[in-house]
Amino acid sequence: MTTYREALRAGLRDALEHDERTFLMGEDVGRYGGCFAVSLGLLEEFGPDRVRDTPLSESAFVGAGIGAALGGMRPIVEIMTVNFSLLALDQILNNAATLLHMSGGQLNVPLVIRMTTGAGRQLAAQHSHSLEGWYAHIPGLRIVAPATMEDARGMLWTAVQDPDPVLLFEHGTLYNVSGELAPDAGAVDIDHAVIRRPGTDVTLIAYGGTLRTALDAAGELADSGVDAEVLDLRTLRPLDEPAILDSIARTHRLVVVDEGWRSGSLSAEIAARVAEKALYELDAPIERVCTAEVPIPYAQQLEHAALPQQADVVAAARRAVG
Amino acid sequence: MPALGADMTEGTVLEWLVKAGDTVRKGDIVAVVDTDKAAIEVECFTSGTVSAVLVPVGSRVPVGTPLAVLAAGPGMTEVGPTQDERGPAPETVPHVEPGPPAEVRLATPPTRKFAAESGVDLTTVHGSGRDGRVTHADVARAIAARTSLPAGRVRISPYARKLATELGVAVSSLSPTQARRAIHARDVRAAAQRRAERAPVRHSQDAEAMRRAIGALMARAKREIPHYYLSTTIDLHTAVEWLREHNLHVPIPERLLPAALLLKATALAARRAPQLNGHWVDDSFRPADSVHLGTAVALRGGGLLTPVILDAADRSASELMAELRAAVTRARTGALRSTDLTAGTITVTNLGDNGVESVHGVIYPPQVALVGFGAITSRPWAVDGLLGVRPLVTATLSADHRASDGATGARFLSRIAALLQQPEEL
Amino acid sequence: MTPPLTRAEAKSALHAALAGFASEAELEQLSPSENLREALELDSMDFLTFVERLSEQLGRRIEEDDYDHLATLDSAADFLGEAHR
Repeated sequence: MTTYREALRAGLRDALEHDERTFLMGEDVGRYGGCFAVSLGLLEEFGPDRVRDTPLSESAFVGAGIGAALGGMRPIVEIMTVNFSLLALDQILNNAATLLHMSGGQLNVPLVIRMTTGAGRQLAAQHSHSLEGWYAHIPGLRIVAPATMEDARGMLWTAVQDPDPVLLFEHGTLYNVSGELAPDAGAVDIDHAVIRRPGTDVTLIAYGGTLRTALDAAGELADSGVDAEVLDLRTLRPLDEPAILDSIARTHRLVVVDEGWRSGSLSAEIAARVAEKALYELDAPIERVCTAEVPIPYAQQLEHAALPQQADVVAAARRAVG
Repeated sequence: MPALGADMTEGTVLEWLVKAGDTVRKGDIVAVVDTDKAAIEVECFTSGTVSAVLVPVGSRVPVGTPLAVLAAGPGMTEVGPTQDERGPAPETVPHVEPGPPAEVRLATPPTRKFAAESGVDLTTVHGSGRDGRVTHADVARAIAARTSLPAGRVRISPYARKLATELGVAVSSLSPTQARRAIHARDVRAAAQRRAERAPVRHSQDAEAMRRAIGALMARAKREIPHYYLSTTIDLHTAVEWLREHNLHVPIPERLLPAALLLKATALAARRAPQLNGHWVDDSFRPADSVHLGTAVALRGGGLLTPVILDAADRSASELMAELRAAVTRARTGALRSTDLTAGTITVTNLGDNGVESVHGVIYPPQVALVGFGAITSRPWAVDGLLGVRPLVTATLSADHRASDGATGARFLSRIAALLQQPEEL
Repeated sequence: MTPPLTRAEAKSALHAALAGFASEAELEQLSPSENLREALELDSMDFLTFVERLSEQLGRRIEEDDYDHLATLDSAADFLGEAHR
């Protein structure tokens, strides 16, 4: 058994071992071992040149990462939470995502940025939001969200090899989750969505932190005779549209589970694409299960009420199935 | 002329059971149509009065041709609405095709004005007045009918509407499972199923016409479908032993034949291989939601029919055995249902009884795969490094290369073989 | 104890069980040593029906292991006669 945290660390170790050009930097990633202990022990193993603590200035160290990438390195930058990444949004959007285009293809930015996303740990409104949907809006970035042990272990190495910037979103509630991981687990593709549970009656689309919610809901639905298919998006940009449409063609019903807010969200994008490309496959209105449109509350019961829960997914699927 | 099979392009009226002036109710058998493969009874989809029979007995017309004109009329009120009708049905013809333009109706100017203001098309209103004149009351009735059943504004899901078109089910004949809800795909399927169950075949066909129909269909299959063929030999030792043991302990009518296990394994494997289970329509593959297993049945006088076992993957081996016996009986007594002609998603042919080793069959359009089983024979076979004598069967797959590739087919056959190693699970 | 089946009784039982698969005239013309399944084109489903009817008439089970005895009219008559002795 291994934890999601350990799987991520194994991925980092892989990258540091296999490519001289990689290094990890971020707030407290070295001596403290990372705010969520993902990089614990890597400083001792790889030394201060490869695992670097940075000042508390997201804009500066993400900018430094972009510079290093332009200079031929393969930097992996950790930002503590997605909320703090907003301080580096100018670097991410105006530099990392645009330089290839603005240089006429001369300057690519092989940068990987890892960050924690999501709520559920009583960390209140400044540490709990799910803004990966925002980043998925931006051309020039690839957005991935590992939800399983295999993906936590294998997505990083593939991302490091990508010639362009990749943002990797780790849901905060997953770090302590444990599961089986094959000893020979390695790199995985970051292009395709995967069906985590095949089914025939309704498609539940989820990713990252909501995958478990969707799978549990599918289990509960199965008890009452509803055979739900669960699709893990894995890559939020570019979306694996064929996988989504294929599933709809089988089940004819859709529930999108997204921890982002509903308005202008990734779930809205998916719903729109299905309406554009697969309207005549739909046997019921599309359902969405999203976070309540409030800043994430601190109080446990309020936080719970604000987030997509298994019961909400089950209820939405039942409405869709009718 | 309804489409009573995906390959049917025209049909011949064999018999009219109604004539102009007759009152008919929804569900009544009004005509018998010859599809070349079988004679099928055509049901009336709405109640009313036959105002004209358009296609005489013996005429061969393309699918979609109006066969007769029905008018909502005095007959309607005499028979009274049936339970599932929510209002008088508009003038229509059997099946979903639009009727021919009706003659211009007589009406007084105030009635015309009333109709125009209310957006009522006078040609769709039955005139109850003198000489068929449309009265103010007729228009008012038309408005009331429109309110209770908004034609063309039915709440129906986009998929259900598409399915209804494909299955030839009139949207106006559908009602949702629960009041105040939209019509979903299941309502369409249920309607198609009800229609199929109510329309048994009445007349068996002469051998020559059937020969021609089989010839046309198989020629089309060979012309249009790029077949690829795979075969594998399956050790049925475990399955045969299990059957023997099972059959020792059940009453004789409940005995299972190997065919039941072969069908079950095929159905289960087909469910896991969506690329092999469905229809090729309009240059694209449409996977089916369930496995409806066609079973090729040879007729005693020659010829071939493929009755269908619906939802075969969801049935136990015993249920399949019973279904198979029923299907063979249906085929041989000429009592096929409409679903037997249209619903199959994959077909199995079993020539084992004739002693042949294997059969490389021709796919039944618009399906995309056909599975063949030869005779179960005892042969030398290597087991755990030693030569033993085992009951073996050769399973073959003919598949449509447009819908699937060899690897898919190979996995499918291997799955059948694997499933047959655990007969108790079937 | 049921009395043993005479040859004539066995024959009439067999004919009754084969009704529908062949006419009485065809059955009369059938050579007693001809293979029933081949001569009458019985498939395994038909044969099961035949066994089922025969069993019912005689009031006893016929196991699958005994199917070989039912290959021809002759062997079947022998088998039915012995079975009741």
